[in-house]
Amino acid sequence: MKSTILAGALLAFATATSVHAQAIKLADVAELSGGGATVGTNWKNGIDLAIEEINAKGGVLGRKLEVTHADSQSNPGVARAQVQKALDAEPYVLLGPGYSGSVKVTAPLAAEAGIAQIMGGEAAELTQAGNKFLFRTSFGQQSSMPKVAKYIHDDMKAKSVAVVWVNNDFGRGGRDVVVKELDRLGSKVVADLSTEAGQADFAADVGKIKAANPDAVFVYLNEEESARILKELKRQGVTAPLMGETTLIGQKVIELAGDAANGARGHVGLTTDAPVDLIKAFRDRFAKKYNYVPDHNGLKGYLAVYMVKATTDKMGKVDSKAFADTLHGLTVKAADEPGILMDVTFSDTGDIDRQSFLVEVVEGKQVVKQVLPKVR
Amino acid sequence: MSNLFDLLVAGLATGAIYALVAVGFTLLWQTSQTINFAQGEFVMLPAFLMLAAMHAGAPFWLAIILGILLSMILLGLAFKMLLVDPMMRHGVLPLAIATMALAIGIKEAVKQFFSAEASPFPSIVPTGDIAILGHNVSLQSIGVLVLAILAVFGLTALLNRTSLGHQMQAAAQNPTVARIIGVPVERMILLTFLINAFLVALASLLITPIYLAKFTSGEVLGQAAFIAAIVGGFNQVRGAIAGGLLIGVLDNLAAAYISTQYRAAVPMIFLIAVILFRPQGLLGRAEERTV
Repeated sequence: MKSTILAGALLAFATATSVHAQAIKLADVAELSGGGATVGTNWKNGIDLAIEEINAKGGVLGRKLEVTHADSQSNPGVARAQVQKALDAEPYVLLGPGYSGSVKVTAPLAAEAGIAQIMGGEAAELTQAGNKFLFRTSFGQQSSMPKVAKYIHDDMKAKSVAVVWVNNDFGRGGRDVVVKELDRLGSKVVADLSTEAGQADFAADVGKIKAANPDAVFVYLNEEESARILKELKRQGVTAPLMGETTLIGQKVIELAGDAANGARGHVGLTTDAPVDLIKAFRDRFAKKYNYVPDHNGLKGYLAVYMVKATTDKMGKVDSKAFADTLHGLTVKAADEPGILMDVTFSDTGDIDRQSFLVEVVEGKQVVKQVLPKVR
Repeated sequence: MSNLFDLLVAGLATGAIYALVAVGFTLLWQTSQTINFAQGEFVMLPAFLMLAAMHAGAPFWLAIILGILLSMILLGLAFKMLLVDPMMRHGVLPLAIATMALAIGIKEAVKQFFSAEASPFPSIVPTGDIAILGHNVSLQSIGVLVLAILAVFGLTALLNRTSLGHQMQAAAQNPTVARIIGVPVERMILLTFLINAFLVALASLLITPIYLAKFTSGEVLGQAAFIAAIVGGFNQVRGAIAGGLLIGVLDNLAAAYISTQYRAAVPMIFLIAVILFRPQGLLGRAEERTV
């Protein structure tokens, strides 16, 4: 009898030790090659940096984090295959992809497997399909556009607004929300101009803006088209203030548009230029490790891992099935978990709420002009 | 209401580029029955060759010369000898498909070796405006228009007013008879390929400051130029020029006076109308099948 008890105790101890030492496995599928290579590489590096930091401090609940990276080749079809492969290995949480199109086709797989997916996509529709396992790392359009509309109405004092948007899922999604919000606030949309992806000649579009004589222009195009329209707006002497999102005032746009980008303003959910000490420290650590300054995708990848840590700490156990339920409605304060960088609240749909920034291009550089508070 | 004059100038400038590229379609078709579906990528590549030369330390003027020369070697000589000549004996369709494959190959190569992201490209025409008839017109638009018109006039003069041009026309119209009267037909065909390569390199130089250097920038351009060539007349240089200018202006006017949302549809509708009611193109010559 004694020997049986002893054997049982030994077995229990051995199992406990084994569980204690077993690493928590995360799977990442990102755009490591192809058109989105910059996005995916930043995202991956952010993840690796966060895991290195967390493991150096003893891991999560005493267990180390491990991640496998797979390349979606910036292709939704490949992303779907890679996500299926990753899910077959039963990870604790799935990270990525970054492209909304890839997220759209992979989210049902993760939901079916009951695995939480923390991704980088920003299209509004992603979190509106009732998927209970999908979480953002940055604002969706339904979170950012109300802030943009509020700024145009309250701060720019614009009673009339011209809205220029790119005719794809991204552009249409943003346009629909901002037009609705402007209407609600009482700013009139005097020109509503759809443009094509890859469009080179904006003479006619800018001519229409000029004719509408708005108090402000909201520009929501991809980065290259943003650069082209900025040049044309300058050439045709449009003096109304320009407002946009990250795609209007990003570093690439500034490089492509040159002087024409000066004065453009944009709402930015995440930027490494933010006047937040924790973000500055992150930027320095990232630059030290990888020898370059990350864009917002580096921040997203980093935050994704700290979302895993904060949620697991909250649960007090590693339970992939309970993970999504715990993250819904969770508020994480940067004071409690510095890796989360800014106070953040996750909604029941997987959207996030946190402070953001109003950036203006001044002499070819992004300058943060205002910190916009959390909505709730 | 948008300013008609501004729209016309901008449309003509874009149309002039389409015309340069569309002329290449007609030249290759007339001399060697080649439909080059990589023509858009042929416009995209020279800009990257020039950028590569500049990254290697060459000043802009030298990069332009090197870019044009390299384009003539790669997109003229090598294209003809390594792709068109071996494929031609299999017929027009395999050759057309081979040029589609070439287009994909060029795009992927540029993406792989350069970058998937757009790069700025310096303009040979100074930026700024000039007052014409009381309107501020972009110097860049005027410069593009003037240079493209000069190139087209130069080409027309070469074809119509020189012995070399007459030989090229003879080789295009009836190669057998041309050979009998001593025209070096093969050399004339090669010359056509070299001229096409020069024109696309020039188009690349003019349009890339506006379109930006990106591996996909040839897609839109190639499609617009192809439509222009069909609308104007695939077998006439003057047709391609007219088609290019027309499509450029039509696109801008459609955006301003019809709808920005349907601007891309208007040239397509026009194309369908031309194919239905005047299949040889507005200035083209009706061709009859020999069998």
